[in-house]
Amino acid sequence: MTRLQNAFSKPHAAFVAFITAGDGDTAANLDALVEGGADVIELGMPFTDPMADGPAIQAANLRSLGAGTTTADVLQIAYDFRTRHPDVPLVLMGYANPMIRRGPEWFAEAAKNSGVDGVICVDIPPEEDDALGPALRAEGISPIRLATPTTDAKRLPQVLEGSSGFLYYVSVAGVTGLQQAAAGSIEEAVAALKAATDLPVAVGFGVREPAQAAAIAKHADGVVVGSAFVDLVGEHGAKAPAKLKELTAAMVDAIKAV
Amino acid sequence: MAGLEAETRLRHAQPERIFVLNDLPNTFRNQPDERGHFGDFGGRYVAETLMPLILELEREYRAAQQDPAFQAEFDGLMEHYVGRPSPMYYAERLTEELRKDAEPGMGAQVWFKRDELNHTGAHKINNCIGQILLAIRMGKTRIIAETGAGQHGVATATVCARFGLPCVIYMGAEDVARQSPNVFRMKLLGAQVIPVTSGGATLKDAMNEGLRDWVANVHDTFYIIGTAAGPHPYPEMVRNFQSVIGTEARAQLLSRTGRLPDLLIACIGGGSNALGLFHPFLDDPEVKMLGVEAAGHGLDGDEHAASLLGGAPGVLHGNKTYLLQDEDGQITEGHSISAGLDYPGIGPEHAWLKDTGRVEYTAVTDDEALEGFQLLCRTEGIIPALEPSHALAAVAKRAPQMREDEIICMNLCGRGDKDIFTVAEKLGVEM
Repeated sequence: MTRLQNAFSKPHAAFVAFITAGDGDTAANLDALVEGGADVIELGMPFTDPMADGPAIQAANLRSLGAGTTTADVLQIAYDFRTRHPDVPLVLMGYANPMIRRGPEWFAEAAKNSGVDGVICVDIPPEEDDALGPALRAEGISPIRLATPTTDAKRLPQVLEGSSGFLYYVSVAGVTGLQQAAAGSIEEAVAALKAATDLPVAVGFGVREPAQAAAIAKHADGVVVGSAFVDLVGEHGAKAPAKLKELTAAMVDAIKAV
Repeated sequence: MAGLEAETRLRHAQPERIFVLNDLPNTFRNQPDERGHFGDFGGRYVAETLMPLILELEREYRAAQQDPAFQAEFDGLMEHYVGRPSPMYYAERLTEELRKDAEPGMGAQVWFKRDELNHTGAHKINNCIGQILLAIRMGKTRIIAETGAGQHGVATATVCARFGLPCVIYMGAEDVARQSPNVFRMKLLGAQVIPVTSGGATLKDAMNEGLRDWVANVHDTFYIIGTAAGPHPYPEMVRNFQSVIGTEARAQLLSRTGRLPDLLIACIGGGSNALGLFHPFLDDPEVKMLGVEAAGHGLDGDEHAASLLGGAPGVLHGNKTYLLQDEDGQITEGHSISAGLDYPGIGPEHAWLKDTGRVEYTAVTDDEALEGFQLLCRTEGIIPALEPSHALAAVAKRAPQMREDEIICMNLCGRGDKDIFTVAEKLGVEM
């Protein structure tokens, strides 16, 4: 069983925690997420133009790049995480240009060597899969795709084709961190997705409170939280790990109570 | 690499002034392919939320292309609202001026396609008319757009006022401060101008914010992209709406001079005015083409906006194209005296035309553009925008190297009213 499969085979929904690489003491922050009980780590690769992200993650990207974070640094953070946490799956999330700058094969191999399990590329839809997908699959890295409220039943098979690891359901048509979807619409959407695939379905966008996480965990295989963590990193700096661990634990407790 | 071979062949062919077509595409006018790719460039690199929308846009655009009523409405507005056809003007005094430094018998005739005489003062309106007709056809009730210098913002606000649709313009906070007359124009026209403070607070950040708005309002909103870039079908669609420029120019030159021009010249930011002029001539092998990028303070430093000559291929804002970027793929800020050329990317069709060798690209500096600006004011009584002033600088270099029976046609794509403050500052004049 792969690390990702393992994470989604627990008796409770998996808790997927996102932070941006190079924003604050990333190693300490990642350790805090794991100590708090996160099942999957999503590590954001900073980009100058994060056009699918809301203000929180935009700011995190700028803080990280302002601190001089390079692609090599991101890969090193992943490598060090893998050394410290051999069993916790790590997914890189980001935008196409930094991923393909040196060629998709270069990136896929480097990610593999850093112990990365999956890659979410926001702006490579299935139509442009050639730009990165084949290289990832050749290295055994899961290309994780996004489904959204605008992805209809006709299009869904195309989204699923060639993807693995899990399916990330973006529960609102919008950018990260701003609105939240109504619980009813999530239940319906997750049911439709699960009818079309055996992949686990994780739900994110706008999840900030443990109660929201629990409501999603009733129907989905995973819950993704990003902006709430990134805000804590921005606000608390060096003192962020304690806050991250606290929020993670509260989220995980709520999910396990479902 | 096919592009490099083609370029070499072109160079070898130059003494005879023949464009050798062996092994090159049969036509340069059938791009993009059905996936929106211009060779390796273009495509649809957008978030999944937008993907279904972009596919719908393409379907609707194809239907509109087949609909004579759509074309008739576009043509009618071009004639009676925009003021087309724009004149084709022989710049006699400029031609004579440039011959002064040329060898005997040298110094090409300079002709201008005068798109600066369009309503709103630039070529931007051609595209805005086309896109708002499509938006209305699709039942969209809200229009958004990004703008740099404000020309596309003004053109979008204009068509929104004309058709009674609410309009939101995203504009970098830096540009809002630098371009206050255009901000006021947009507001007069009823648009809401939202200053964008994220990133470097310029055009690319305004485009990011436009995409964020769109992704959150997909049900009712149409995004009027201002240049021949973005995800498919935008580059093709914008080019086609702007091709009215080249179609008119071709007919006008044939009628006035009895033949096709030898060289077309246009400035390039995103590249829509250049494509509009070039595209109808792409399959005329005797017509050479020169795209002029902004070299800012010079291509040897970082202070320029020449994506083709100083950038590398990558993915931004929905398409694969040449970008100003660092070794990690982070986008760098462009610089140009002209806010309209100050974008770190370029339309994907230009990337393809460069690699195939069909179009030659060069760059001119801020200072050269300023000289071009003043040269035209002085010789022809036309105040050009700083964007086509770059093309003028290239005309001034090329014309003396061509025979006097040869013809250059330059797209004078915008008027300079908006730029007089910038120019005054650069020339050290207090206003």
